[in-house]
Amino acid sequence: MKMQLIQPFISAADSVLAHALNGPTRIGDLSMEEEGYRPKGFSARVAILGEIEGRIIVDMDATTAVRLASALAGYEVEESEQVVRETLCELANMIIGNAVTLLNDHGYQFKVHPPEVHASDGTIRGTSDTEALAIYFDTSCGRVFVNISMRYNLIQHAERDAILR
Amino acid sequence: MKPFTPLTRKQDSQPIRYLVVDDSVFARKSLAKMIDTFGGELAGEAGDGCTAITEYTRTKPDIVLMDITMPQMEGIEAVERIVRQHPEARIVMVSSVGYQDNILAALQKGARHFVQKPVKPDVLYEIIRYVLNDDDGVPAPAVVTEVR
Repeated sequence: MKMQLIQPFISAADSVLAHALNGPTRIGDLSMEEEGYRPKGFSARVAILGEIEGRIIVDMDATTAVRLASALAGYEVEESEQVVRETLCELANMIIGNAVTLLNDHGYQFKVHPPEVHASDGTIRGTSDTEALAIYFDTSCGRVFVNISMRYNLIQHAERDAILR
Repeated sequence: MKPFTPLTRKQDSQPIRYLVVDDSVFARKSLAKMIDTFGGELAGEAGDGCTAITEYTRTKPDIVLMDITMPQMEGIEAVERIVRQHPEARIVMVSSVGYQDNILAALQKGARHFVQKPVKPDVLYEIIRYVLNDDDGVPAPAVVTEVR
């Protein structure tokens, strides 16, 4: 696990949550997971493919999502599955977008796929040779879980180096 | 959200009319709420670049708030097409993806400014005020809001 690939996502999640909620967040325990990830509620999953690749999961329960939606919108939002899904997508897009900005400015070439939202069911496995970092953020709206599995794509790296040579 | 001094058009003191372009309904609602606090009027909404072009022609807004990553046609291409047809268009890019290539491309195609999501209302307000006063039509230097 390369921390230089993980750190931008942690920084982005912390910054986006603090900025969007206009208040501090507390970063909870970090842990490495090799056996896959079991979402705590609704989860937005984003795949990244290119010179670096992997997947990011942003995960929270429905109550937290509705509170977040209200905080982001600036008015009270009523709970519905649509609201939960839209909140998760928007939050995932903001976190990934901010992290991608940092990674792209470091010269990595990759494509980010749109978020897919899933209701909690089953374990999500990482790639066979990649463990995932699990972290959570305590916010004024509730706990937000982020699970990051990233690695270098050595083949794409080698191809780019060959072209540049 | 705190109240802002209403922004109005110089020529007739009417509320500023906005076109909001974002594939996320949630993001559009959030921006519409901010526009309301700025004393503005929502002239139209679009969820992709193609619709943004037709909506611009239909509504002739004073300001366009444009996302970058969208289905069918992305924001930067939509900016290019709108500005080609309407050189007076004032378009502010609003995106979570704020790397330099994106910002430069948007400005080169005619966008006036760039703000990174999550958007702070007071930052967006100042940018809109700046763009409205930029009557020469010369693209302003990129301004990226720091997340923290």
